[in-house]
This record gives sequence, structure tokens and C-alpha cells, in this order.
Amino acid sequence: MSKIHVTTKVNGDEVEYLCEPRETLLDCLRDHLDLTGAKEGCGTGDCGACSVTMDGRLVCSCLVLGAEAQGKEIATIEGMAEDGALHPLQRKFIEHAALQCGICTPGILVAAKSLLEKNPDPTETEMRYWLAGNLCRCTGYDKIIRAVMDAAAEMREAS
Amino acid sequence: MALDGPKQDFKYIGTRPERPDGWDKVTGKARFGADFSMPGMLHGAILRSPHAHAKIIKIDATKALALKGVKAVVTRADFPEGLEGEDWNIQENVMAGEKALYDGHAVAAVAATSQLIARDALKLIEVEYEVLPHVTDVDKAMAEDAPVIREGAADYSVPEGMHPNVVRYMESGRGDLEKGFAEADLVIEESFTTEAAHQGYIEPHACVANLGADGKGDLWCCTQGHWFVRQMCTAVLGLEATQLRVTPSEIGGGFGGKTTVFIDPVALALSRKAGRPVKLVMSRSEVLRATGPTASASMDIKMGMTKEGKITAASGTFRMQGGAFPGAPVDVTTMLAFANYDIEHVHHVGYDVMTNRPKQAAYRAPGAPMGAFATESVLDELCRGLGLDPIETRLKNAVKEGTPATFGPKFPPVGLIETLEEARAHPNYSVKLGPNQGRGVASGYWMNWGGETSASVAIGDDGSVQVSIGTVDIGGSRASMALMAAEAFGIPYENVRVSIADTGSLGINEPTHGSRATFASGLAIIEASREATRKLCQRAADKWGIDADAVTWEDGCAKPSGPNAGEFDPLTIAEIAAEMGSTGGPISGHHESTPDGFGGSFGTHVVDVEVDPETGRTTILRYLVVQDAGKAIHPAYVEGQFQGGAVQGIGWTLNEEYIYGEDGRLQNPIFLDYRVPVASDLPMIDTVIVEVPNPGHPYGVRGVGETGITPPLPAIANAVRDAIGVRMKKLPLTPPRVLAAIKARD
Amino acid sequence: MVQVHLWSGLRPLVDGREVVEVEGETVGQLLDNLVKDYPGLKPAIDKGVSISVDGQIIPKSRGVKVKDSSEVFLLQRLYAG
Repeated sequence: MSKIHVTTKVNGDEVEYLCEPRETLLDCLRDHLDLTGAKEGCGTGDCGACSVTMDGRLVCSCLVLGAEAQGKEIATIEGMAEDGALHPLQRKFIEHAALQCGICTPGILVAAKSLLEKNPDPTETEMRYWLAGNLCRCTGYDKIIRAVMDAAAEMREAS
Repeated sequence: MALDGPKQDFKYIGTRPERPDGWDKVTGKARFGADFSMPGMLHGAILRSPHAHAKIIKIDATKALALKGVKAVVTRADFPEGLEGEDWNIQENVMAGEKALYDGHAVAAVAATSQLIARDALKLIEVEYEVLPHVTDVDKAMAEDAPVIREGAADYSVPEGMHPNVVRYMESGRGDLEKGFAEADLVIEESFTTEAAHQGYIEPHACVANLGADGKGDLWCCTQGHWFVRQMCTAVLGLEATQLRVTPSEIGGGFGGKTTVFIDPVALALSRKAGRPVKLVMSRSEVLRATGPTASASMDIKMGMTKEGKITAASGTFRMQGGAFPGAPVDVTTMLAFANYDIEHVHHVGYDVMTNRPKQAAYRAPGAPMGAFATESVLDELCRGLGLDPIETRLKNAVKEGTPATFGPKFPPVGLIETLEEARAHPNYSVKLGPNQGRGVASGYWMNWGGETSASVAIGDDGSVQVSIGTVDIGGSRASMALMAAEAFGIPYENVRVSIADTGSLGINEPTHGSRATFASGLAIIEASREATRKLCQRAADKWGIDADAVTWEDGCAKPSGPNAGEFDPLTIAEIAAEMGSTGGPISGHHESTPDGFGGSFGTHVVDVEVDPETGRTTILRYLVVQDAGKAIHPAYVEGQFQGGAVQGIGWTLNEEYIYGEDGRLQNPIFLDYRVPVASDLPMIDTVIVEVPNPGHPYGVRGVGETGITPPLPAIANAVRDAIGVRMKKLPLTPPRVLAAIKARD
Repeated sequence: MVQVHLWSGLRPLVDGREVVEVEGETVGQLLDNLVKDYPGLKPAIDKGVSISVDGQIIPKSRGVKVKDSSEVFLLQRLYAG
């Protein structure tokens, strides 16, 4: 059984791991790099709990092979707060009580950040369709949408 | 307890501070079930039956054990014999014995050095089955020719002559139905069905088990109730209760489905056999195939009403299947089906039926939504038939304090009328509807729960407060607990730290279930805090040389009180705490009880829908939840419970269902096909919090978690009826079903 | 004596009676005396029942006080959700 040596960048840090050809990027992040912020809710790309970005593109890390990360730049929830300060989305999620159990929160935050980078002023409908790939079973999405809208407004003002 | 009635004036209660665990949850640091690991840990995997019903002739694990990296295989032979009752049911469910009883039933498990090896090893286990006839539908399972799931499972209540799959029978009611129906101007009789829906928590079950051959062990797992896990695991494995310590992780949703065990005893058995810690994590399809969805139901309802809108009589027959074990929550269905209303003549019949499906587990207000779907739909038809407004009619029949409930006793103070009045006054109720749009109203009830509860508070040396509770935080309850402690001590919210204690650190606590956590742990925290403040007052009294009775606790300080107390400057909690080591030792407070003063919560929902006549797709245009919280400790999380319950109800009504094929296998065991609501399916969910204080709680709290899933099923069905002119009697209201109804209408 | 109301499914076990009278000052004593005076109820009570006293549902606390004038109903065994 030969493992694959992968060199990649995660949240700005260069990292290396050995993975089985069958292992997903999610497995590698969680089991080889101890980055357990991305969660496995389904393993089939339906729930979005494992959302990360790869070279700036939002992906379900359960649908990416660990070997595919070779030479790429991965961003996970662990890299979202910078220099000890929460990202506006993170702050607004806490402020708006936009999480209950919190298992979907890392994926939704990564997905929402990715949306606002592309479209700093999304409508509620655009936001709801962008986040349609991130399941939340607790909140009914109301407070999540409000938090993202509020964060977007704050980020627009700041820029 | 609250002898003078609930407290009314608050400093912290009712504010919306940030949750104490917020930072961890938004940065990915919070550790959920699958995020734990241990040195030397193995990975487990479970082999599951591909058959709905089959005799297990032989299990041969020789080849699996020969695979490099495989350390142990367990089957039922590794569990003790001789269990009875629910202990046996749980053991049989976590690992099949003589028969596999449903598609997905565990038959063997492997522990190996990696998850991939464990999964590979499953394919090498050879199981010889003798496939048996199966049944997955509740009505078919009661028919004379239905295959018998298990002989002798029925209890005392089942009359002779019923099929062995009927395991419990219940009948309740009062009055004279014939007389009541004769008094009605309109009588409507209809039959309804609901499908099984899964709790759908995003976090699959996960645990790490470490059990030695000496019978001592530790278990880390995601659960709603770690003492329940301890009791079940030790019973299933034949261990002494306190020799197993269970530590709960953060929990990624439960909704009732994590109040029991599925994989934990298997992980412990593997660990005992392999002599190493074992991690076991379910896949999503395992969750859907082999953990508890709720029951499915088939119901016949008859109700009568006068032309003035008074309900004269009501009767219901409720048949529910809860999988291959007794336990469908039909007892609660019968109890609550008509509980919103003052009805003189009422009768309920219930059947708990076994089928070849997974053992049902509690799901938010277990049993209530199905009954409400049927009864509130018939009530809506009565209003339509008589030209009456649905809210006015409900107000005319609504229960209040002193009304004899349809299940017997008189109601204590409850808030149904208040929710109806708020719903009527809300702008949503008067929005003008367009073509293909409809409005639906429904009310619902959950009686809530107290449960065994133990909590402690301890004063830190700087005067901050440590709170230890045994109910896991599933939706932000640490914030509510900290608020109640802050209020009781009169100290800032930020000075309270709330921890969930493991089973080795507190007395028994029931799970976070039954909408009880904020009520029961909150009550215990308030009482424990009061005990601690009495001790703080005693220390101040000692220092001042006065009687403790002459000291009161106010705003975080001990103060002299009364004419003879003398003049002393108040002592703050921090000042007393700084000296406590030299004034008598640590100061803490403790409370334990099984509080009975839980008050039920009524809710009323108003929903507007639009039905696409081309496709049959139903869109929720606006949704209003009005519910009685007694006292909202942290209103944002109360609203969150209302919204989450409503949206789970929307899913159950419009999309979610267990679909079994002719072969008895679950056809939709992934989220793509078991479709829970996504953000783009929904509008904002409007909420109104009604507060009719619960006299059984010091601050007036009522549990709010569960009621919210009860009204959506009928409210949406009533709205669809309003939009398309056809009564839909089978859930879910999938586009093909609604389209067929529209076509049949035309 | 306390009047205890029975759900209709229990009535065939006590010759069709809707209400039975038993001695007792606590919920526990009522349940014990129900089994003693009306042995037909034993299987149901052994299986587990809940009780309501003056409108408050008591899932399992045996120590709750009961007066002769209390409104008491036996209910199906309740559980949390």
C-alpha cells in the first residue's frame, strides 16, 4: 500500500502529509493535519459542513481527494479569524444568534465569506441560493441570513 | 420553590448577550463527537443487513480477522444474554441477534488500525441469511396475513385476537360521542397518513470508547444525555453503572434522536475485545438507515361542530409504527390530538405497531405533529364548511386555566388564547393573497418535562461563578443558564462560566429533551445559587458579628438589612470570595430534584403559501410562529427554537419522507434524496413570543423547544387547501402529489 | 379517600368503573393502594403510568402530596421528547 506525499498550503502555512489515494481532502485536513473545523455531515457533497476553499474556489472537501490538494492553496474555518480578531461574519453570527448547535457554522461561514468576496452586496435571494448547499437543521436559516446581510453591510461600509 | 409566584422584575433575564461558547463555535475550535481522538486509537466500522427481515444463519469473520490491521470483530455473541424489556430492545437494536429486523440493522462490527481497513474488513465478513417476508407499512403490518416481526412482544393492553405486530393498545376519552355528534350541525370524518421523518441532525453519531477487561471504561460521545448513555451502555454490556464515565462532546443537533444509543455499546464492545480505544463514526446513510426516524402514522378522525363554531364531539383512531420494536409515541398522539380544545365528548384509540423498519427515536414533540396534522385539518374543514374564521373558531374552543383537558385533568395556567390573539393581530394575518395562494392556521401543544436534574455552582476566588450542569447545550442553553445564574447572584453575565459536567462529576441528569433544559437545569441553578448566596450572607454576618438573618443578598453584595442589623458597608461577592479560604472554606451551592412544575407551551402558526399549478410545487411565502415561552430567558434563542421547529415542520410537510422499496430497503438514505429544507426554500420566519408565566418555575419559564414542530404540518396543509381547493390527506405534500390533486380537481 | 379517574382503556380492568376511590396521602401511596385494592390495574401500573394531581402532570415523583379533594387522573406513562 503506497501512500501519496502531498505538499500544499493551508491557511497560508505550507504543510505536508502522506495520504491514501482514497482519502478525501476532508479526511486529510481532519486526520492528518488536526484541522477538525470542517465537519463531515454527509460525505456526498449535500450538506456543506465540510466547505473549504481551494485556490479561492468554494468546494466540499469531502468531494475532493487529498492528493488533489498538491500545490494548491486551501483555506479553512481555522484561518478565518486573523491576528486574534474575528472576521465580521464570525462576529455577526454570534451577535445574531445565527447558530444553535454550531455543527454547520464553520461550513456556512466559509461559504458566506466566499459569496461576499464575489458579490459584496448580494440580495437576500442571492444569499439564500448561494447558501442552499449548506444545510442547517437548527435555525431555519432566518438568523443566518440576517447575520450575513448585516456582515455584508458592515464590510461594505468599511471598504 | 416559587411560593410567591414567579419573579417579574429582572436585570439580566430577557436580554440578548452573546453566547459563552460563541467564539469556539465560529472559529472551528469547538469539539464535536467526531473531533476526539486518543493515543493508540483504533477505528471501528459496522456491517449492516441488506435485508429488511432475515434469519442470520451464520457469521464467519475468519477472512476479515486475517486482514492486516484488523484487531477485533464483534457480533451479538460478544454481548451478555438474559436482558429484558427496553434493555433487551436496545441490545437487539444495536446488534442483531437471531434475525436482522430491518434494512441497515447491525450484524457485526470491526476495529482496525484505520477507518479504510475497517471498511475493507466489513466486505470480508461472510453472513449467511435466510430472507424472510417483510412489512414496512403500518396498516399492512396489522393485516391478518402480515409477517410476524416477533411473537410475544405485545403488552397487557392488547386485546386478544389482534395481530402479534400490535404491541400496545390504548383507549381514552370521556362523554357520549353519539350525543355529541347529534348536537353538531356539521360532522366531518376523514383519514390521514404521515410518513416517517428523520431528525436530520447534521452531525452523524460519533464516539470514542475505551473499555478495559476490568470493566472500567470511558466514553466520549455526542449525545443529548450522557447519563442515559451510561445507563443504556452498562445495561447492554453488563457493566456496573458508575464504572463507565461518559463525557459529552459538543453536539451537532439531536432533536430527540440522540437520547438513545446506536453505536456506543458497539464501540465499547470492540474496545474491550481489542484492548484499545476505538472510535466509531456513522456515515449519513447509516444515520438514515439505522438510527431513529420518528414513527409513521395512519389516522381516522371524526369531529362535529355547531354552526356557531363550538366543537361538540371528536374521535380519533391512531395507528403508528415505530419500527421493529415497541415504542411508537402513539400514547402521546392520543393524549394531545385534541388537547387544544374544550370538548365534552371525546374518544381516542391508539395502536403501537411493529414493522421492519429501524427502531423509532424521539423526534421533537414525539407523536404530537402527526395527530395535529389530522385533527387540525378536520377542524379547518369544519370552519370552511360552516363559513367560520379559523382563529375565531379556535378562540371559541380554546382551553384555558381550569378547562378539563381532553386527556383528563384541568389545565393549569396556559397561553393558547394569548397566542391566538397575537396571531390574529399580526400583520401577516391580513396580507391580501393573490392567485394560487392560500393561508393556513393551526395550533399545537407540548406538555414539556421536568426530569431528574442535578446542578452545582461554585464561587471562584475572584468572585466569578462556575456553574456545572448535566444537560448538554444543544442550542445555546449555556447563555440562558449563565443569565439565570447572573440574575440569581446579581453579578454580570460575563462573570459566569457554565460547564457541562461528565457523569463522574454530578448526580444523574436526564438528557436535554422534553424541552426541559432551560426549565429544569435553570431551576436547579437558581436554587443552587440561592444556597450559595445564603452561605455568602453567612460569611458577611460572621465578619460583621451579626445574625445571618440580618443580612440580605442584593446586586452581587451582602448587605445588612432590618432595623437592628447595624451600619456596615456592603461586601461584594469578590470581597467575600477573596477571603473564603480563611473564613470557612470554599463556597458552593447545589440543587437536585425531579421538578414537576413544568408548564406546557401552546403555539399558533399562520402560513401563506403559493402553489404552482403547473408543477404542484408549494412555496412558503410568509410564516408566523406565536408561542408561549412563560418567560423568555434569552429571547434570541427562544426565537431560534420557534424558527427551527417551524422549518423542521415545513420539511416534514413538504419534502421529507422515508421511502421503502418493494424489497423493504430504504431508497433515499442520503441528503440528496432525503431532502431537508435549504435556505432557498424559505422566507424569513416571523416570531412573536407570548409570556404567560409558569407558576412552577422561579422565573416563570416554560420549555419552548418542541411545540414549534406541531402546528406546521396542519397549518401548511390548510394553506394548500386554501390555495388549491383540495384537502391533502397524505404527507408529504410533494409536487407530484399536489399536482395529481389539482388534476383530479379539474 | 381520593377519587382517581382512569383512562377508558383501564376501565375494563375494574368492572367498567371510570373512577375508583383509594386511600393515600402521596402519589406513591395512591399507586400502591390502587394495585392492592384493584389488582386488575397491576399490569398497567407495573408497566408505568403517569398521574396528574390538580392539573400538574407528575411523571414519576411518588412523594407529591395528595388531598382527598385533589383532582387525580391516571395517565399513560409519559416521557420526554
